[in-house]
Amino acid sequence: MTELALAAFAAESNAHVVSRPRSRRFARFAACFDSREYLRTLERRGFRFLARSDAGFPPLLGAIHDPPAGLFLRGAADLGFLARPAVAVVGARACSAYGSAVSRMLGRELASAGLLVVSGLARGVDGEAHRGALEGGGATVAVLGCGIDRDYPAAHARLAAEIAESGLVVSEYAPGVEPAPWRFPARNRIVAGLAAVTVVIEAREGSGALITADFALEEGREVLVVPGEITSSLSAGSNALLRLGATPLTRPEDVLELFGLEATVPEAPDVSPVARTVLERVQDEPRGADAIGRSTGLGAGEVAVALAELELAGLVSESAGVYRGVRPAG
Amino acid sequence: MAYVLAHSVTYALIGLEPRRVEVEAHLQLGVPSFAIVGLADRACQEAKERVRSGVTSAELEWPKRRITVNLAPAELRKVGSGFDLPIALAILAASRQILPERVIEHAAFGELALDGRVRPVGGVLAVAEGAWAEGLDRLVCAAESTPEAQLAPIEIIPVHHLAEAVAYFRGERDPPPYASMNGVPPPLPVADLADVLGQQRARRALELAAAGGHNLLFAGPPGTGKTMLGRRLPGILPPLAREEAIEVTRIHSVAGVLHPDRPLVSAPPFRAPHHSASVAAIVGGGPGPRPGEASLAHCGVLLLDELPEFQRPALEALRQPLEDGTISIARAGGRALFPARFQLVGTMNLCPCGGRGDPAAECSCSAQRLAAFRDKLSRALVDRFDLVVTVPRPRAHELEVETGEPSAVILPRVVAARDRLCQSPPSRTSAADDLLSRAVERMPLSARGRARVARVAATAAALAKSEHVEADHVAEALAYRTPREIAA
Repeated sequence: MTELALAAFAAESNAHVVSRPRSRRFARFAACFDSREYLRTLERRGFRFLARSDAGFPPLLGAIHDPPAGLFLRGAADLGFLARPAVAVVGARACSAYGSAVSRMLGRELASAGLLVVSGLARGVDGEAHRGALEGGGATVAVLGCGIDRDYPAAHARLAAEIAESGLVVSEYAPGVEPAPWRFPARNRIVAGLAAVTVVIEAREGSGALITADFALEEGREVLVVPGEITSSLSAGSNALLRLGATPLTRPEDVLELFGLEATVPEAPDVSPVARTVLERVQDEPRGADAIGRSTGLGAGEVAVALAELELAGLVSESAGVYRGVRPAG
Repeated sequence: MAYVLAHSVTYALIGLEPRRVEVEAHLQLGVPSFAIVGLADRACQEAKERVRSGVTSAELEWPKRRITVNLAPAELRKVGSGFDLPIALAILAASRQILPERVIEHAAFGELALDGRVRPVGGVLAVAEGAWAEGLDRLVCAAESTPEAQLAPIEIIPVHHLAEAVAYFRGERDPPPYASMNGVPPPLPVADLADVLGQQRARRALELAAAGGHNLLFAGPPGTGKTMLGRRLPGILPPLAREEAIEVTRIHSVAGVLHPDRPLVSAPPFRAPHHSASVAAIVGGGPGPRPGEASLAHCGVLLLDELPEFQRPALEALRQPLEDGTISIARAGGRALFPARFQLVGTMNLCPCGGRGDPAAECSCSAQRLAAFRDKLSRALVDRFDLVVTVPRPRAHELEVETGEPSAVILPRVVAARDRLCQSPPSRTSAADDLLSRAVERMPLSARGRARVARVAATAAALAKSEHVEADHVAEALAYRTPREIAA
């Protein structure tokens, strides 16, 4: 179990270690490291360790130029789970309402089509992608930049617990490792490494999501970008990727086709005629309930009924009183 | 005559509860002096000077004796200036300037001016009710207090001046009946919903809140009219029933906020304390506990503008009244119970900088600041709001719309819906139940949230004059659930 010793040593020395160091310090550490005892402790806490040399180690991740020594796993899913075809969905933490709606929709559609949705449990786009995937069946993996017992960010502690119920929370860092700024770019290489396709939604210039996209490109993986407003600095980085030739993502089927998957027939959503009128207005432009009422001539009560119906059908989402369509229009 | 003893009767208020107090005056031979004993507070101790001046100003004789006044029971804390008149009457009876037997047939309550005039004191309604409950037939009080005191079924002896009271007790002449100098006051101006342009959703929420007695929270960027909307809820609430009005009047009288020309508070009260208010200002307190804003809003509306700016303890203290409609304040000397069944209306921004939800501004708040902002509102408090309306900033052209319905048009609908909810509350159809269950699965909706949606749906059904709560009513209620920006 050299890999386990490596991971434990990395935690102990607070360093990034992927290959056996030649230092005497490691030799001393390895000599007195009791891997069986360590594994027992992990097991007691409900965690597992998947070493790089294990058969179940995801081949795509094993293929990157500096794969982690192994992954600590938290969650119920079996080991084959990580080998499933996976899509990374990454983007800004302080995303717009549009970014969060698209991320959630993509998470849901991709997961329900049978893909594994990989992301970083951060606020904003990451969190929404996980939530969407949970709604779409639960096939999602959160890759952390700290120990898997560390619930970071704290606001997503419950989300992490929900992911662990049907998917996996993973990290190359041993339990107990604190989050540190330098660990997050390293974490991003795992996000990109696990997935065959990386989707970028709203990334600023020089943001972490762009780092993930760079890792994916270096490893020759596909990168898709959701086009953003050209006037918004939130999308400056992601739109720059498009300019460089990344594939624009305009509907979830764009991803599914890369995997040779049949798009689940985009069912004509079965809603009432009034709700359909409201949906058309909202697809023109995101609006508040009053603006919808004015452009349709409906009363406040009728608008509320239609919007609730559309929200339940997963066609519309609300943020700060403004409603927007969440599926690609047309 | 070596010494003489006499007493008069008055009432001390513990919160709103009147307690009988016997004011004993004892005159002894000795060096002239004047002492008040019996746990009298500062205002009550100062009665000495007012009573002495008042009695001499009324051209009555101040006994040149050693005067001891005891307020019994001695362990009860006496607060305020209402004891002046009974102290003066007890001393006058002890010196036999008036008949002691007549004095004890009356309750007395009022403050004395240095020239002998009798001034009104807050709480006279509660005192009059206390006297009546104990079988006393008459209350001597300031003439200006008459309209308020008359709300109790006791006979009022209105006096303008101590001399009038003395003349009455001597049987010389009855005081003249009270006549208001100002005639009938004009009705209080109430903010009208006709002043609000657009805002259809918020108006609808106000109507639902008025009909179902729901607590209502407006969220949104600054300058969208949240406060203006909140202030207009009292205008679409039905007037108070007689018992409610008396209860509210009693509270307002004790707090000293009653308008002398409007003795009976018949419209739902509206209170909007500033966000710097202390816990005691909100729920009541002080040594002789006084009602706070929450009690003053009893049977009416309590508007908390900029909810997250209030101190957290003040907001948490509201949980008890929101739960059971009363506030109990425990003091070493006993416990005071204040009714506080109010409708809570809150307003708040969606983030500390106010930029969220505003298309013209960008939110500059960090995730930490946002989290701290949300933490100020406890989940328990947010859960009390049945209706949450996010008011986005309207664009300029959206304001060029005809004015909305005036409050007078909405009020009858509210009254009809209230009756309906009272007499035959609508029951949910199975389709409505299905929708509710589906919503719990698909939306972030807690068990409490589900109950709130069900309540609002029942109100929507009552407003629609429907026998049953249909799926559409549930769907509408879902639109007013707590949004993620606030719940998370």
